[in-house]
Amino acid sequence: MGDANETAANGTAANPELAEAFADGPAFVPYLAAGDPDYESSLKYVEALERGGADVIELGLPFSEPIAEGPTIQSAVVRALEGGMTPERFFEFVEDLDVDVPLVCMTYYNLIYQFGSEPGPRPFVERAAEVGLSGFVVPDLPAEEADPLREACDEFGLDLVFIVAPTTRGERLERIMSQVSGYVYVQARLGVTGAQDDVSGQTEASLDRLADYDVPKAVGFGIKTGEHAERIVAGGADGIIVGSALVDIVAEGAEAGESADTVASRLESKARELKGGALRGYEQRVPQAERT
Amino acid sequence: MTQTYADGKFGEYGGQYVPEALMPAIEELTDAYERYVLENEDGFMDDFRARLRDFGGRPTPTQYAERLSDRYGTDVYLKREDLVHGGAHKLNNALGQVLLAKYMGKERIVAETGAGQHGTATAMAAAHLDMPCEIYMGETDINRQRPNVFRMRLNGSEVNPVTTGRGTLKEAISETMRDWATNVEDTHYVIGSVVGPHPFPAMVRDFQAVISEEAREQLREKTGGLPDSVLACAGGGSNTMGAFAHFVDDAEPRSADGSSGGEPRDDAGVDLYAVEAGGSSLSVDEEAGVAPNSASLSTGGEGVLHGARTKILQDADGQIMESHSVSAGLDYAGVGPELAQLVDDGRVNAVNVDDDGALEAFHRLSQLEGIIPALESAHAFGYLENNYEDLGDVVLVNVSGRGDKDLETVIEETEKRDIEAAPSLSEFSGGF
Repeated sequence: MGDANETAANGTAANPELAEAFADGPAFVPYLAAGDPDYESSLKYVEALERGGADVIELGLPFSEPIAEGPTIQSAVVRALEGGMTPERFFEFVEDLDVDVPLVCMTYYNLIYQFGSEPGPRPFVERAAEVGLSGFVVPDLPAEEADPLREACDEFGLDLVFIVAPTTRGERLERIMSQVSGYVYVQARLGVTGAQDDVSGQTEASLDRLADYDVPKAVGFGIKTGEHAERIVAGGADGIIVGSALVDIVAEGAEAGESADTVASRLESKARELKGGALRGYEQRVPQAERT
Repeated sequence: MTQTYADGKFGEYGGQYVPEALMPAIEELTDAYERYVLENEDGFMDDFRARLRDFGGRPTPTQYAERLSDRYGTDVYLKREDLVHGGAHKLNNALGQVLLAKYMGKERIVAETGAGQHGTATAMAAAHLDMPCEIYMGETDINRQRPNVFRMRLNGSEVNPVTTGRGTLKEAISETMRDWATNVEDTHYVIGSVVGPHPFPAMVRDFQAVISEEAREQLREKTGGLPDSVLACAGGGSNTMGAFAHFVDDAEPRSADGSSGGEPRDDAGVDLYAVEAGGSSLSVDEEAGVAPNSASLSTGGEGVLHGARTKILQDADGQIMESHSVSAGLDYAGVGPELAQLVDDGRVNAVNVDDDGALEAFHRLSQLEGIIPALESAHAFGYLENNYEDLGDVVLVNVSGRGDKDLETVIEETEKRDIEAAPSLSEFSGGF
């Protein structure tokens, strides 16, 4: 377990797994909602992402009011909830997964706050540590309200990933960067999640603002293709986070009634495309010959 | 008047639980609230009050309700927010926020609406102040509040249907937050009640506090004192906090028998009653994730919804429940954080009236006083009907809005029930 105070001060991971995932080149961080569209298929889908090259996987624990999500992920959340996903079932899901990469739970604060017999985030974090999760992303929990969760994460050695938006500057940026651990989630553009046909120009400015902070920078929101991934990593990102483009594959499979194996294989190949793009971008930025 | 709560917290409630992209906008809004609203920078509050008077039609009267007073043997006064321009208290807040957005240099307004009253008020304020405006409204609510949808469009606003979930206010708020997160740099979100992240709960209360500021003065003129009780319906709680704000400090308890103990009313306390929608039942269907009521103060638990920690209707896991009320304006799974704190403190009594009681009261007030109340307000009159003996000698009821918007619902729902005071409405069914 890492030292809590040191974690907050220097941005390194409380849990070394996450930092290590970014240590050897660009990290590919896919997202799927756990239990979308059903428990068994979803297990196969997450495992397919690892085969496709995932370095960290963000697993969504569905909340009924996902205010930071666009229509694609919102629909995934609805499918997963209708499929019976609950916080406890989510932890069982993590235990049932056969993957070796670190897993980060992405959810909303009310579910974390309500879990267990005492109010507050501690029981949730304790259970997350038990099942082997590495950290959290909580889109509706700004740094100002995060102390109780930060303390619980420090106690159990988990990372707390914060999102930095294109609008985040000055003192707010300092405050967030003093609390973040694992990696920082760089929101590529304003708005909610969703795949885009082009990569936002706001990304570069955001990466520039973060250049002096010694913590891995993973860019998310709108990344859809290997080419997007390549450009973002070439532009300075340490990793890419992709959700909606993968959730779209799950949704199409569910709608067409395809077998879980067919959908899993499509996810694996999409993952490979995205990871490949990230590696090409890295090669442009840091050619093999210059690596130490 | 209640405190400013500069840190945005009401005890454990309140706060700012929103996506990071919105935080700079919320900081900017907090700064604007403190400067323009609290400190009257650039004469903002003078401008606001002048517009409330000339555009909004304020002050509204506090009327003595003769026949209700005869019926209950107690003096009943009505704060007539149904007479504000647009037909509801909602204009007080909408005008304040759209004007504030103008002072802040914003170029676009978004808002959500449940019953359509807030959307209508925002559309009117936006037209009055020449601001482009888009309004999100659940599809279910669009179907049961068509006249208000038409009014919003007449005033030049876009109405965007929200089809997620059950298509009511909860979903409309989530959708408006998404629009705001996308367009935050030039857009202001006019939240319709004392809910959401700080500074909205305090700011909306301040814009609505004109209700109790006027009522307090008007009652003093008419009776020489304060009311024994103030009743207001509570969904999100904006008319409630507006009606309570200037009475919250009058907390000296009355004697147990409900009288003012022989003392002048000025020295006695004012009891505050937030009347929630009991819907069809106060019980909860955990399996279906449905609460057949909207009584989050009476039956909800502490949690985080739409930017604030407050009392919410949720299941054991923390998933937000679908709420229900015959009144679209009360149909919300949360409530303002300040109201939650005032209830915890024992300063406000959280009570509720079910759909049947509200409909009966709707017909009763229409026939006895010639006032067709909003179905929201009818909940407060339903409580008065069954509890007048406990409310003291002078009761103030806030008529939060007028009921024209609810006529289709009333026709449909009245036909399902045996309501003594109701006229036959069968000739109107199937379309109004």
